[in-house]
Amino acid sequence: MSIFVNKDTKVITQGITGAVGLFHTQQALAYGTQVVGGVTPGKGGTTVEGLPVFNTVVDAVAATGATASVIYVAAPFAADAIMEAIDAELDLVVCITEGIPVLDMVKVKRYLVGKKTRLIGPNCPGVITPDECKIGIMPGYIHKKGHVGIVSRSGTLTYEAVHQLSTRGIGQSTAVGIGGDPVNGTNFIDVLEAFENDPETKAVIMIGEIGGTAEEEAAEWIKANMTKPVVGFIGGQTAPPGKRMGHAGAIISGGKGTAAEKIATLERCGVSVAATPAVIGETLVNLLEAKGLLDEFVVKS
Amino acid sequence: MNVHEYQGKEVLKKFGVQVPNGYVAFNADEAVQAAQSLGGNLWVVKAQIHAGGRGKAGGVKLAKSLDEVREFANELIGKVLVTHQTGPEGKEVKRLLIEEGCPIEKEYYIGVVIDRSSNSVVLMGSEEGGTEIEEVAEKTPEKIFKEVVDPAVGLLPFQANRLANRINIPKDKVREAVKFMLALYKAFVEKDCALAEINPLVTTTDGRVMALDAKLNFDSNALYRQKDIVALRDLDEEDPKEIEASKYDLSYIALDGNIGCMVNGAGLAMATMDIIKHYNGDPANFLDVGGGATAEKVTEAFKIILSDEKVKGIFVNIFGGIMKCDVIADGVIQAAKQVELDRPLVVRLEGTNVELGKKMLNESGLAIVAADSMADGAQKIVELVK
Repeated sequence: MSIFVNKDTKVITQGITGAVGLFHTQQALAYGTQVVGGVTPGKGGTTVEGLPVFNTVVDAVAATGATASVIYVAAPFAADAIMEAIDAELDLVVCITEGIPVLDMVKVKRYLVGKKTRLIGPNCPGVITPDECKIGIMPGYIHKKGHVGIVSRSGTLTYEAVHQLSTRGIGQSTAVGIGGDPVNGTNFIDVLEAFENDPETKAVIMIGEIGGTAEEEAAEWIKANMTKPVVGFIGGQTAPPGKRMGHAGAIISGGKGTAAEKIATLERCGVSVAATPAVIGETLVNLLEAKGLLDEFVVKS
Repeated sequence: MNVHEYQGKEVLKKFGVQVPNGYVAFNADEAVQAAQSLGGNLWVVKAQIHAGGRGKAGGVKLAKSLDEVREFANELIGKVLVTHQTGPEGKEVKRLLIEEGCPIEKEYYIGVVIDRSSNSVVLMGSEEGGTEIEEVAEKTPEKIFKEVVDPAVGLLPFQANRLANRINIPKDKVREAVKFMLALYKAFVEKDCALAEINPLVTTTDGRVMALDAKLNFDSNALYRQKDIVALRDLDEEDPKEIEASKYDLSYIALDGNIGCMVNGAGLAMATMDIIKHYNGDPANFLDVGGGATAEKVTEAFKIILSDEKVKGIFVNIFGGIMKCDVIADGVIQAAKQVELDRPLVVRLEGTNVELGKKMLNESGLAIVAADSMADGAQKIVELVK
């Protein structure tokens, strides 16, 4: 088991004929992901990497039986691409695209209400279940199959955490990047709940950053519902207020969304917070060791 | 993206939002001319900088004669205003807004924001206008009222009416206030605002409801479809290094320290600043070169960092996923050669093609200090700039 994706997940790529979409489709295929086709309006009937290309998502789903989609469509058209995938009733839509106008995402969120689709992203690295399915732009080789679930607002910081675990012989069940935008499809709590219900996941790392109150809400949820150990990290402890730190969502405004506030809430709710980004893995190891659980996590290879 | 108050008011006016009559002026002559065109016998001379708190800092003056308009204009143009939002170095005033004086009855607060918890546009209002809304939220949160907007139908008149009543707009002006809010919401969504703050909104004794001040902030992700807003950008208000970085699609923010940082990914870039601080160093900037950086982009990033004279050393922290380590190494080597690197450089590389990247750096003949991890790199650079 794992969450959201596994070896049976059939994926289509929206924007498969663009340079980015093509490159990452090749990478996904090389990793062993079941990519079954692609969509680019106007390019239907052609093939890419031996995969059929369709004009519409609904055609692609009918022909391939895909249940998931990954979106590399350019920002001005990305919201429409997401809604097309929702309309085609896919189970999972992962949007990698960065720079989507926030009011477009407000519409997408409204469109999602009452629909069956789970949207991850936008502006995220994607989701990976090691050795089974990689949907997104993360480097596959740093991952190891195992029992730690990871959920993060940042891409490269997720790689950092994964790397710290894998080099210690600790594998991951699934790593989910929820993205750095203020309005996104899946939040921390959605992913934490899935990890809590997943028997393969035995501990969780949650990586947040400044801006908004999603980490505080997640912390309260952990306190009330989570039975598995959780390690946290918050990026942006030294960021000045009022400046957008790269991610549209990473901004301290009106004195709200500071790292100090988030760390205090996480600790109060029983999460072990890593003091620096360099010790995220170490913090988890120490926590598991203290609980006498470390042996269950180390992958013999 | 921020704009000046006078520009924000011009944008709002096009959507039917009531604002006082006024003109922009770049010198005292233009200020007097503006006052003459406006007529009347009371004018407001307002310094235009991209920062709040101008009133308290002496940037807003009430003139009772044309001579006073000239006097205040002369005083304000070229003056460096220091407010709680400018930092201690302040900002030089280069533009003024000359407005008609208004017979103010009462001040209110109206704001439109993107609310992250409800994933919606939210209209906020308060009877406590004119003061810092954060202060109101802190001390008397019960005095702030909110209306969550369903994007499928937009702000509805009953919501605007409810908010106007809750914040105690006088009965005879509720209709005007409703019109004001509906127009403000329309401007917000059609111009892709990230924030629209009217503080204060005023009612006047001659029956008007209007925006005495206006602070608009636009979603930079949406600027591609808002060309008229892009035209309002005032480069004088931005850090020259940030302007240079934006040309190369680099995400750069200047800070006060002496350790230049070059990182890929916004989260890792923030975390790198944090770890430098953790080892008692001081980062000079936030810089995310992005996931698809080329050697040229890395070179430009390097030049921008080095153009900051405060920078005493550089820490490059890369976790190459899609971004390959050899590309970064190539960029670093090219840049170091082009600019004749005269300051210590610590490089930590990890990820795709890491061995090749490290080999290139080793064979480059440059004085580069290699680091094994981000903690190791941070400690080394902090030591080197001491």
